[in-house]
Amino acid sequence: MTDRLPGFSTLAVHAGAQPDPTTGARVTPIYQTTSFVFNDADHAASLFGLQAFGNIYTRIGNPTTAVLEERIAALEGGTAALAVASGHAAQVVVLQQLLMPGDEFIAARKLYGGSINQFTHAFKSFGWNVAWADPDDIASFERAVTPRTKGIFIESIANPAGSITDIEAIAEVARKAGVPLIVDNTLATPYLIRPIDHGADIVVHSLTKFLGGHGNSLGGIIVDAGTFDWSKDNKYPMLNEPRPEYHGIRIQETFGNFAFAIACRVLGLRDLGPALSPFNAFMILTGIETLPLRMQKHCENAKAVAEFLAGHPAVASVNYSGLASDKYNKLARKYAPKGAGAVFTFSLRGGYDAGVSLVSNLQLFSHLANVGDTRSLVIHPASTTHSQLDDEAKVRSGAAPDVVRLSIGIEDKEDLIADLEQALSV
Amino acid sequence: MNHDNYDDNYIRSILNGVKSIAMVGASPVNVRPSYFAFKYLAQRGYDMIPVNPGHVGKSLLGKPFVASLWDIGRPVDMIDIFRNSSHIMPVVDEALTLSPPPKVIWMQLGARDDAAAEKAEAAGLKVVMNRCPKIEYGRLSSEISWMGVNSRTLSSKRAPIPTQGMRLSLNRMSVGGGATAASDRAAKNKSEPT
Ligand SMILES: Cc1ncc(COP(=O)(O)O)c(C=O)c1O
Repeated sequence: MTDRLPGFSTLAVHAGAQPDPTTGARVTPIYQTTSFVFNDADHAASLFGLQAFGNIYTRIGNPTTAVLEERIAALEGGTAALAVASGHAAQVVVLQQLLMPGDEFIAARKLYGGSINQFTHAFKSFGWNVAWADPDDIASFERAVTPRTKGIFIESIANPAGSITDIEAIAEVARKAGVPLIVDNTLATPYLIRPIDHGADIVVHSLTKFLGGHGNSLGGIIVDAGTFDWSKDNKYPMLNEPRPEYHGIRIQETFGNFAFAIACRVLGLRDLGPALSPFNAFMILTGIETLPLRMQKHCENAKAVAEFLAGHPAVASVNYSGLASDKYNKLARKYAPKGAGAVFTFSLRGGYDAGVSLVSNLQLFSHLANVGDTRSLVIHPASTTHSQLDDEAKVRSGAAPDVVRLSIGIEDKEDLIADLEQALSV
Repeated sequence: MNHDNYDDNYIRSILNGVKSIAMVGASPVNVRPSYFAFKYLAQRGYDMIPVNPGHVGKSLLGKPFVASLWDIGRPVDMIDIFRNSSHIMPVVDEALTLSPPPKVIWMQLGARDDAAAEKAEAAGLKVVMNRCPKIEYGRLSSEISWMGVNSRTLSSKRAPIPTQGMRLSLNRMSVGGGATAASDRAAKNKSEPT
């Protein structure tokens, strides 16, 4: 079997896991422990000094969580990964490695509303400045580059409207600027899009969504593509300068092509603290085993529902890049040929009021603020996830007041269409 | 030999086969990568010999430094070169004058000299370039997976009972999996003059 490399579904089941050496348990055990005993004082010192691989304390690493990390690194084609408590935590930890106070990063305007808030307000208090660019206008990214730019952040499939980002074009802007491209791949998952294949240097996820997939656990992850040279131009002191917290170790020189993941762990997670619970890691790992099957069904159902809505007289427009008529269909066929995801928006002729009444009339769709569940979900972004934005920013990020967002589950599509049909005709 | 991409079995047979390793450029400073690798390999049972003319008279984890490969005074299986690419050739030339010659020349992460590799291979030695034996050992034993690193291996077999609290067996049965093509390409582009 030396020449054959296993496919995606095989990695989704096996990568990172092996039978437990002590008990033979086939499923990855939940190592629900805060700490791990050392063999002796020298072993302890080696672990604390990063000279040995091993477990110390669950805030820094945990054997159950490590299986999740390796699995997602393998699925994304990355060299290493670091799991954290939520998608938002992943974003903080990534940017903490890249930015010093007064530095900037460029972010696509079309992002999850919570990320827009995090970048605009929370990060401002750290002295990290965001410059916004329009993913439909690649030149706007080029124009935003300054000598203080330290990274570019985009979503592969953007929340809420499901629009597809031209990752390769923006990767080229990042390469010319000498900064890493960070892609939030939450809505696509590596089953639909592998951003590293298109030039991403760092991939982040909210595991809370399709990867975990069952709406039961929060989590986030950072994947290191192992592609970026952190020593160039000496722009990244966290990676390239002797670290006083580790007696002068230089992270890149010591850890090579997985240095970024290690920096996130030993300088980010260790000190900021957003550790994932081993129990959540276990739940998410179990979810990932069926990721390919679920994503096929999510996409098939989403396309059927989008087609139904596009033909309904009460619907003004549908934004689903899987529809041939959609503005993003060409990009969807290039980047996500297996399916355009299962999160999209539509607007109703009856405007805001019709949206509110639709949400209350639906019986199978759940009205809540999440996406990527087995269950179908509905929300009105303007009054919830994107409510902190002003009207102009709402429109720009795809959350205008008349827009309703769906996250299509894996139920029978006929039942989902029937539910929408009855709710629209009330 | 394709030096861009080594088969896991090639690396595994080297790490399983060698018993003594002379590390050229070993540093006694405990935050240097060579120190990390030296200590790790010593703990895995390799007979380690630190080679560095600047530190003769001192020792590294109890092993006395020697100034050159000639000063080792006994056969050695592998030379692990912790020097940058421009300093490889003289070390290989020196290694080839040893009697018996070593079985393996290993150049550290970031170091690559194709002409030196060719010379060593022509003399019947095995060569590995731009890799770290600590990382490769950790990867093939899957011990490195504790750090969330993609070991690029899969296995459905129960690993041998760990010693020292770790999954250490290099002889873990595994198949390849989880390729890191983008990183391999970036490394190749970096090593090729532009
Ligand atoms: C695209 C995207 N990124 C990040 C997040 C934040 O993830 P979390 O809620 O796990 O912090 C979300 C959550 O909705 C999301 O949809």
